[in-house]
Amino acid sequence: MIPTDDTADTGAAPESGYTFGYLDEQTKRMIRRAILKAVAVPGYQVPFAGREMPLPYGWGTGGIQVTASIIGPDDVLKVIDQGADDTTNAVSIRRFFRRVTGVATTERTAEATLIQTRHRVPETPLGPGQILVYQVPIPEPLRMMEPRETETRRMHALADYGVMHVTLYEDIAQHGRIATAYNYPVTANGRYVMSPSPIPKFDNPKMHDAPFLQLFGAGREKRIYAVPPHTSVVSLDFEDHPFQVQSWERICDLCGADDSYLDEVIADDEGSRLFVCSDSDHCAGRRAAGYRGPRADSQAGVALTDAMAAVKREHERDRPAPPSSEEMGP
Amino acid sequence: MYVAVKGGEVAIDNAHQALAEARRGNTAVPDLTVAQIREQMGLAVARVMAEGSLYDPDLAALAIKQAWGDLPEAIFLVRAYRTTLPRLAVSEPVDTARMLVRRRVSATFKDLPGGQVLGPTFDYTHRLIDFALAAEGGPPPPRAPEADRPLDPAMPRIADILGAEGLIEEETPGQGETGGGANAVPDLTRQPLTYPAGRAVRLQALARGDEGFLLSLAYSTQRGHGNSHPFVGEIRMGEVAVEIVPEDLGFPVIIGDVTVTECQMVNQFAGSKTVPAQFTRGYGLTLGYNERKAMAMSLVDRALRHGELGQEAPAQDEEFVLSHADVVEASGFVQHLKLPHYVDFQAELDLVRRLRRATAEDEGNAVRASEAPT
Repeated sequence: MIPTDDTADTGAAPESGYTFGYLDEQTKRMIRRAILKAVAVPGYQVPFAGREMPLPYGWGTGGIQVTASIIGPDDVLKVIDQGADDTTNAVSIRRFFRRVTGVATTERTAEATLIQTRHRVPETPLGPGQILVYQVPIPEPLRMMEPRETETRRMHALADYGVMHVTLYEDIAQHGRIATAYNYPVTANGRYVMSPSPIPKFDNPKMHDAPFLQLFGAGREKRIYAVPPHTSVVSLDFEDHPFQVQSWERICDLCGADDSYLDEVIADDEGSRLFVCSDSDHCAGRRAAGYRGPRADSQAGVALTDAMAAVKREHERDRPAPPSSEEMGP
Repeated sequence: MYVAVKGGEVAIDNAHQALAEARRGNTAVPDLTVAQIREQMGLAVARVMAEGSLYDPDLAALAIKQAWGDLPEAIFLVRAYRTTLPRLAVSEPVDTARMLVRRRVSATFKDLPGGQVLGPTFDYTHRLIDFALAAEGGPPPPRAPEADRPLDPAMPRIADILGAEGLIEEETPGQGETGGGANAVPDLTRQPLTYPAGRAVRLQALARGDEGFLLSLAYSTQRGHGNSHPFVGEIRMGEVAVEIVPEDLGFPVIIGDVTVTECQMVNQFAGSKTVPAQFTRGYGLTLGYNERKAMAMSLVDRALRHGELGQEAPAQDEEFVLSHADVVEASGFVQHLKLPHYVDFQAELDLVRRLRRATAEDEGNAVRASEAPT
């Protein structure tokens, strides 16, 4: 994104004593090399010398390292976990990048140039100028079938994916359907079987022929892989059991959306449920545009909306307009 | 009653404040100083330095204070700090034969050149709670008596003595591990771990591996999971000089001393058609005084050397051991399970409901079929 003077969304000054993006320049260069290789070979897992980050393994250290090595001062960063900007881990990672880069952050999908995500692809379609960075716990799609790295690397080299098809077939034989609801394996660019990270299979179609760059970082396992723009990403299936995404008999109780991924929220101690968009920006945007769900005015619905709005207010307080930026301190 | 579901920045801030308060404890009790931790909790400091892969007692002591005494958390703090440090130079190999020894024991020979030096050890203490220690402000313990004569400066390593007779296998550098060039020895903190790892990387991974994990693996080799007949050839602990060769000088310069613990485990090998019977080695080396860890490391190193020929027991399986030995990785991934998983769980919930519905329908059909008149 080209920065303009009238961008109201300025970040803070980065924390002194640390390099921009926390990582030293040699480390960033090493990670960028790995990313370039990953982009050149879609779906291939490139080993990289992952570093310990100040957030624990399992919290998104791979995604954080990828973001840290490609982020620039003009980027606008959005961080989501479970689709939402207000989940604790998303808040923590966003705060980390504000501290070590000072870049502008946003919760609006359309405004972001760089989006780091855990477990979701945003509902709002991304465009060519945007990069989506996935946090990946286990990059190896074959790991649960073959625990040994030496074996799985050989299997990838030979495109020996029989074991994966057999696993999916066994599901059909036992349950009548494929019993994988998230982290559903895909083939990237017709060659490598790849883990889409633990996104629900609902999101898999959004990865196919996407106009934006998709980068995947696995910190503990020290692997980076990528799907460049306009690359085929096909979910594995069988002719007589075609790939299907989840669908709901419900609509979002807050905004009424009937085409988004819904989270189930236990609303009270009598077990009554609310179904709400997992993508909090999508839901808030629809409500701002006047859409109302069936239970938007219920006690629980109002409380939930209030909680999300409180986070929004915090964001606004954290990124004041340029003249008052001194409040942020160094 | 409404159940709060959403967190946010305020909640995180408050949690951090609660942590800071809990960490400090009762403020009527004086604040623990970093110097106190460094001086009086030296073994904790040593473990944090060893598994944190950074030799800095003050920083390790500070990390222990900040981590509320949780050593894996302190190790994590040190590792994350290490990420911000450039690698300025690669040292020459430290020479443990020239160690300023504080402790040196061998279980294989009653006496040996240089003698047995017990040094500071728990080995022969009776583990009785010393209630006298609870009385604070008492006089410091009397100084330990000094030997009549200084230690023999020549204190050859047992393995070298056995080696002179050809009774123990030679320790030869692996491929790409010779020469003094900066890139001669691979650096686990600068290169990803790939398999097969090679011994140099393996030893690095073990040296920073979790003490508890390595201890249990070492123990398993003694209980039949992997054949081993180990003897402690030698354990030595003390200070060694670290030297670097600055490019513009061309000769080694000592940049400081570090405390290390080294363990040479000697194992029996009955010999084969091509190799005569001899002893083999397992090697352990840690930053700081970490004797239990150094011993466990040497047993696991030896077990993994068997793994070069074929895997049998867990401790002999290189991928299994090295992939799971790091406490920062293990602690992070186990504990990440407490992060939100609403989306994936929702997907599973949906799937389980569908499967149950399908089963119920099948059973319903089966019941109707059996009730149908024939």
